[in-house]
Amino acid sequence: MNLHEYQGKSILESYGVAIQRGVVVDNIEDAVAKAKELNSETGTEWFVVKAQIHAGGRGKGIVTETGSNGVVLAKGLDKVEDTVKGILGGHLVTAQTNDKGKMVNKVLLAEDVYYPGESEPSEFYMSVLLDREKECNVIMYSTEGGMDIETVAEETPHLIHKEEVDPRLGLQGFQMRRIAFNLGLSGQAFKQMTKFVNALYNAYVGCDASMFEINPVLKTSDNKIIAVDSKVTLDGNSLFRHKDYAEMRDKTEEDPIEVEAGEAGLNYVNLDGNVGCMVNGAGLAMATMDIIKLSGGNPANFLDVGGTADAERVEKAFNMILRDPNVKAILVNIFGGIVRCDRVAQGIVDAYKNMGNIPVPIIVRLQGTNAEEAKKLIDESGLDVYSAVQLQEAADLVKKLIN
Amino acid sequence: MAYCFVKTNQKHKFGALYKTNQNMSILVNKDSKIIVQGFTGGEGTFHAGQMIDYGTNVVGGVTPGKGGTEHLGKPVFNTVEEAVKATGADVSILFVPPAFAADAIMEAANAGIGVIIAITEGIPVSDMVKAKDYIKQFDCRLVGPNCPGVITADEAKVGIMPGFVFKKGKVGVVSKSGTLTYEAADQIVKAGLGITTAIGIGGDPIIGTTTKEAVELLMNDPETEGIVMIGEIGGNLEAKAARWVKEHGTKPVVGFIAGETAPKGRTMGHAGAIVGGHEDTAEAKKAIMRECGIHVVDSPADIGSKMAEALGVTA
Repeated sequence: MNLHEYQGKSILESYGVAIQRGVVVDNIEDAVAKAKELNSETGTEWFVVKAQIHAGGRGKGIVTETGSNGVVLAKGLDKVEDTVKGILGGHLVTAQTNDKGKMVNKVLLAEDVYYPGESEPSEFYMSVLLDREKECNVIMYSTEGGMDIETVAEETPHLIHKEEVDPRLGLQGFQMRRIAFNLGLSGQAFKQMTKFVNALYNAYVGCDASMFEINPVLKTSDNKIIAVDSKVTLDGNSLFRHKDYAEMRDKTEEDPIEVEAGEAGLNYVNLDGNVGCMVNGAGLAMATMDIIKLSGGNPANFLDVGGTADAERVEKAFNMILRDPNVKAILVNIFGGIVRCDRVAQGIVDAYKNMGNIPVPIIVRLQGTNAEEAKKLIDESGLDVYSAVQLQEAADLVKKLIN
Repeated sequence: MAYCFVKTNQKHKFGALYKTNQNMSILVNKDSKIIVQGFTGGEGTFHAGQMIDYGTNVVGGVTPGKGGTEHLGKPVFNTVEEAVKATGADVSILFVPPAFAADAIMEAANAGIGVIIAITEGIPVSDMVKAKDYIKQFDCRLVGPNCPGVITADEAKVGIMPGFVFKKGKVGVVSKSGTLTYEAADQIVKAGLGITTAIGIGGDPIIGTTTKEAVELLMNDPETEGIVMIGEIGGNLEAKAARWVKEHGTKPVVGFIAGETAPKGRTMGHAGAIVGGHEDTAEAKKAIMRECGIHVVDSPADIGSKMAEALGVTA
């Protein structure tokens, strides 16, 4: 589950990570008042206005309606209103969104942290994530902050460091010190960085995150170390023990049909092809998408009906696939293991009856547990469906029906 | 690590039998003594029943608080330790809910179980990181989680697969996916080849037995003549297995990678099935597999016929 910058920062702060302070607003009326409050709390004269969407590249992104960037510095209280107007309520297109962009429902007004002082401010990159190969958490960091880390990885891989964390012992003091030394810090900034890394790792572990990315981590001109941005992904499997974080989910950031699918216990990913598919099991679902492509079609979706698919869920799945006007045919591919084919067949029959008329041809391939009962159910229902037993037969039918 | 199960066998488990019967299957067989963790729950009850019907040697189950009772005609124990003491169990299968599954894996390892098969889907990744680290100190092998289990045809079904699909034969299967494993097995059987052992390694980011380790087990199994290796987008397990095959392979390997059409950056059902970098793609994995001499098929419908071809058998 992805979080907004402001939500990630609130988690970080609760674990003692120093952050760039700010206030989040969802309307222009509040913006100026909140900016004043921020001014009295932090003394900041300037305000960074940041669009809160689930996509990177906001600074260089463009708001379609106004031409504003997604992150803009308002140099004074009198500039806040106009700056917020340029971003809030618009659609922000970045390198990571599609052409339509993402609607900005909230903006974060943040304190200016690049103020002049005894030393030059400097930016670093830091993230905590799982290393699948090493099977442990790793802290990835670089002196090249504020840049796209993938570019750094390609162009100057030697500038990216990794610190592997022992699963049982956790992050050790020498590791925090090594990170701070490798970032070229000394004195007060060095001390602050070791504290920062420790708190960041505790936050990552404490909320069962999949990823924490702080880019940039800033050393201010007065040698504080703070998180200026936050990109946080939480492990969806862990949310049962983090009810407060689960509530942070912003469904407006997700495809509505995928949200609906999730609530019905289905795993659905919207794609832009012309052949819908309904499959049990993620691997077979991907393989079915591949076979649609090899048959000359394009998959309209990924849909795993899961291990306990009953008539109700299957019908829901059918309804969802048919909402896509591009769908020219539907391929149902069920290999029964946990899921029993007769239950799926019942779902298809019920969906057909409830929906009255299904406007596209359906190819049903049921194989495995109770496959014979399932076939009987379909055959006796009098439905107009093409049946297949072998996968290749199903593929041939797809080819025939879409041409 | 890869030999750990065989080692276990020689040391304690099947002792004399192992020495007399060189054609022993891998991981599970008719002599395995299997307990079911999460025995009395809905999934546990259904699948344990199916396993027993298949002829699998289920010797009991574990459900904390229900020790001393009987379920499906088998004894129920409070702890794995008690179950092992009472039955000599050496294999455990888990149908424990996600919140408690990592704990159950550690309990099984701690109690001396040699092969732990975790079916549970949806275990927190942080739990698995700890559990996998913890069990390293024990002489055991974990398969899964988020997997369909392991079946040795005609001997033992320790999983949720439809047993009738896996007819006895000479091909071993390694797969990240459940239903795609059944699909492959069905094709292999219909090609007249049949199955020795099929291992579902699971689709999570952290799993016990890797593709390479499972392929190695099958490569060392005298009954297995060919191996089917089914992977999907995300991670580098298939590439590692392919490189191992190139160095050490002695039998034909047929490979398929699901997810050619999966969009970048989206998780496709399995938590581990996500394309991040270039090497996560189906295309990249298949290229590496081809370079390593694996017979790669682009269509999942061609797995069985390709295996027949590789073994020089006409279906």
